[in-house]
Amino acid sequence: MEKKGTRDYYGQTLLELGKQNPKIVALDADLSASTKTCLFAKQFPERFFDCGVAEADMIGTAAGLSLCGFIPFVSTFAVFGTGRCYDQIRQSVCISRTNVKIVVTHGGITVGEDGATHQMLEDIALMTSLPNMRVIVPADAHQTSAVIKFIANEDGPFYVRLSRDKFPVIYGEETTFRLPFAEVLREGKDVVIYATGLMVHQALSCAEILSKSGIEAEVVNVASIKPLEKETIVSSAKKCKIALTLEEHSIINGLGAQISSLLSEEFPIPIKILGIEDRFGISGKPDELLKFFGLDAETISSKVKDFIDKRKG
Amino acid sequence: MATDFINLEKTAYEIRKEILKMTHSANSGHPGGSMSCIDILTCLYCEVLKHDPKNPDWEDRDFFVLSKGHASPALYGILAYRGYFPKEDLLSFRKLGSKLQGHPEKIMLKGVEITTGSLGQGLSVANGIALGLKLKKSDNKVYCLMGDGELQEGQVWEALLSSGHRKLNNLCIILDRNKLQIDGCVEEIKSEEPIAEKLRAFNYNVLRIDGHNYSQILQAFALFKQTKDKPTFIIAETVKGKGVSFMENNVDFHGKAPNSDELERGLKELDNHLLKIGSEKN
Repeated sequence: MEKKGTRDYYGQTLLELGKQNPKIVALDADLSASTKTCLFAKQFPERFFDCGVAEADMIGTAAGLSLCGFIPFVSTFAVFGTGRCYDQIRQSVCISRTNVKIVVTHGGITVGEDGATHQMLEDIALMTSLPNMRVIVPADAHQTSAVIKFIANEDGPFYVRLSRDKFPVIYGEETTFRLPFAEVLREGKDVVIYATGLMVHQALSCAEILSKSGIEAEVVNVASIKPLEKETIVSSAKKCKIALTLEEHSIINGLGAQISSLLSEEFPIPIKILGIEDRFGISGKPDELLKFFGLDAETISSKVKDFIDKRKG
Repeated sequence: MATDFINLEKTAYEIRKEILKMTHSANSGHPGGSMSCIDILTCLYCEVLKHDPKNPDWEDRDFFVLSKGHASPALYGILAYRGYFPKEDLLSFRKLGSKLQGHPEKIMLKGVEITTGSLGQGLSVANGIALGLKLKKSDNKVYCLMGDGELQEGQVWEALLSSGHRKLNNLCIILDRNKLQIDGCVEEIKSEEPIAEKLRAFNYNVLRIDGHNYSQILQAFALFKQTKDKPTFIIAETVKGKGVSFMENNVDFHGKAPNSDELERGLKELDNHLLKIGSEKN
């Protein structure tokens, strides 16, 4: 599968939106070359605000711009765009319900060499816990474009988490987005894997590996972690009766917690939450790190098998 | 046209009574810092702001951001007196089901531009509004009232750098310099002086006024409107609890409501003052 960067597609889509809608503005905190808001900045310098290394100020500034009818897209790395300015997002964006779109790049361990300080593993936890916030993690570059176009037309706060690394494309260029979003990408009957972001393609690879051992895994792309698309998620649970969740995030209060919470009420089944254990990241190459943390397709499939065996045993 | 200072003072002192009644009725809230800034708010909403109480979302309005959100009784008082909502609603302050939340909430009450309460955030929002107005080629202005305790928040200095750097001449910050914060004297807890020099170095037009003198307040706003190349920062020297003798400069009334006895005595003092207004020069 061809690899593409979610942040590259974000930058291009934001630029396109900027051409269509003069209300779109963009803010960055000294990372526009990395988040790719530089493309928008170059074309629309008067609608781009580099806030310098000041994320808290950037969030407030975005809220203020939205009060004048603009649609601000705020970008930086996931770690700086959430934890660093949590209270500003809480008050100036979520309690105030301002029309601010926070689109961050460099989520998760695949940030790579920068290490723990830059590998954000708690952002989904932080953002899903805020009332009025919607949280989306696109499964590939093309879905990223669709998400960006979608949120530009939806009033209110959004958090979109993207990656530094390029990874395989699953969707076609013309794919569209809706909210809430969960979609069965591969049908199976023995186990369902709910995955989000770049773990979706890992889940698909994992399903191929499992298939060779006679295990047919259903793979669901849960792109909107909040709100959850309950119908699809519950229906796959009913069909497979055993589930795993897969995310490049702490196993505490991420996708796994949301799915578990939903299914414990709607259709309780055994669920294994896979992600980063309760710890911080480390430096390394993205692929090495996925292996180190047991989030590569091979390791995941053996964990799936173990989990199924344990339930049967 | 001569400004009616007598009416401004009457309105401000009537609202001081409301501040006492609201906080007493809620048995909570922040009367001290509300009374230190009410003369400024009264001048803004009666003489300075371009606004329409019947159409709070009017596209052509000036914006006011109360960054020190705990002064909500002052904001609610002036909004009610200008007709944003009925004065009778004031006593619902902080009660279940009220639009008048403990700290002002944008989505609950028309006229509140942004939710504030957690300190240090208002100026960044005001900066964003100022940028938005410029982008829209609007001549409207943004006013942001901050507390001096609030000046200790790091975000404030990020925001001060931003507006100075961007030369936001449509932005006017008013510092309610009442010199007290919950734990005591601002200068003892974390010294902020020399504020004027700091702000001049940040590229601000800095003015220092008596924040209870209507003539000085209005003159400062007039100077702001004439300033072309930088934002304005008005240091308003104020008295916490201004208007009620036993509350003045008394840090106990930062976040404590007057009890029934204090309410009665406070209202009497304010009524006495109201009777005297007009008989002496402002």
